[in-house]
Amino acid sequence: MSYPLANALLIWRLTLEHLQISAVSCLLAILTACPLGVLVGRVRWLAPPVLAAAGIFYTIPSVALFAILIPVLGLGVKPTVLALVLYSQLALIRNTAVGINEVDAALLQAAQGMGMTNTQRFWRVEVPLAIPVIFAGVRTATVMAIGLASIAAYIGAGGLGVLIFQGISTGNTDQILTGAVAVSILALLADAILSSIQHVLRWAMGVRA
Amino acid sequence: MGHGSARVSVLSYLLEHPTQVLALARAHLWISLLATGIATAVSVPLGIVVHRVRAVRVLALGMVNVGQAIPSLALLGLMLPLLGIGFTPALVAISARALLPILLNTYAGLLSIPQHIIEAARGMGMTDAQILWRVELRLASPVIVAGIRTALVVSIGVATLAAYIGAGGLGDLIFQGIATVDTPLLLAGAIPAAGLAFAADGLFGILERQLVRPLG
Repeated sequence: MSYPLANALLIWRLTLEHLQISAVSCLLAILTACPLGVLVGRVRWLAPPVLAAAGIFYTIPSVALFAILIPVLGLGVKPTVLALVLYSQLALIRNTAVGINEVDAALLQAAQGMGMTNTQRFWRVEVPLAIPVIFAGVRTATVMAIGLASIAAYIGAGGLGVLIFQGISTGNTDQILTGAVAVSILALLADAILSSIQHVLRWAMGVRA
Repeated sequence: MGHGSARVSVLSYLLEHPTQVLALARAHLWISLLATGIATAVSVPLGIVVHRVRAVRVLALGMVNVGQAIPSLALLGLMLPLLGIGFTPALVAISARALLPILLNTYAGLLSIPQHIIEAARGMGMTDAQILWRVELRLASPVIVAGIRTALVVSIGVATLAAYIGAGGLGDLIFQGIATVDTPLLLAGAIPAAGLAFAADGLFGILERQLVRPLG
């Protein structure tokens, strides 16, 4: 138990690095995937090709995807963020499309009857009602990003994976365990926090609907 | 290094070392299939129990949720103090990762069967065992196979990572290639590894469609 105590500052710095990479990737992923998801939800024939394309990235082993990006983007944070964004697309696009499609047609008609324009109807009815489903995708994507970011330590992205890879190559069990436990706590904590936000959203939207 | 030249030299690496790459691909496929087999043997019966017994369901699904969130690299790291380095800890970690999709799909597949079908089977005089084998598992099989398909793709992915703790397989070339900044070497591991995942996914996709058809 002496390793984590002696290296508290290092662990703290790596945790912040880890969170930063995961958060930036998730934000970029949301910015790209949610508009795509809305489009796929609207234009039905686009769904199979877009989901298949997103599925391709999801199928590639993460270590292989990081490796394939190295000749193009080099080592470090850049290929890491791109890989994490590509991985998150499937969960986010699918959930956004499902969320938008599941909005009750009667509510849309009611909105139209109240004199809402298409833009108003989108932002005030469809988006709020789809948010709980979209948010479930955000939760999946975030937990995945935290997990994959630990692997990216090997291509020089930093973060808590550094402790695990270093510990394995030098045979330092305490270091391995510190890294593994820290990154697991980070993922579980993120999952728990996002899960409670998800419950609040579902409750709030359920009341309003 | 430009992309074009990298592609040419990957080809040359593969052509110069075809037996090495092929042997690694075979080892990679072997550990992934073995892990998926172990996971199937554990998860399908467990999924049936989870479907039947309420107390087990709450516990098992809660553990699945926690297990899902733990990063694969952390799982490999946690194996080391217990089992050391090599094939066995890698196999255990990959199998643990492959359990979850099969367990969830077995449960979901059984849950989706309408109650009246089971009542009809009972009315025809089938025993509980007959209902399980001939009705429930048969109707749930496309969903269960979909779970096994996901598990195999996950296994191939985690096996790539597990090369770092001595699992062998194509991940060896990738980690060596990254460590020595040798682009052709890392791509000679990464591209076949991706190909393996696509092939496994595609073949299982065909099997899945075959299962759906005769059952209507």
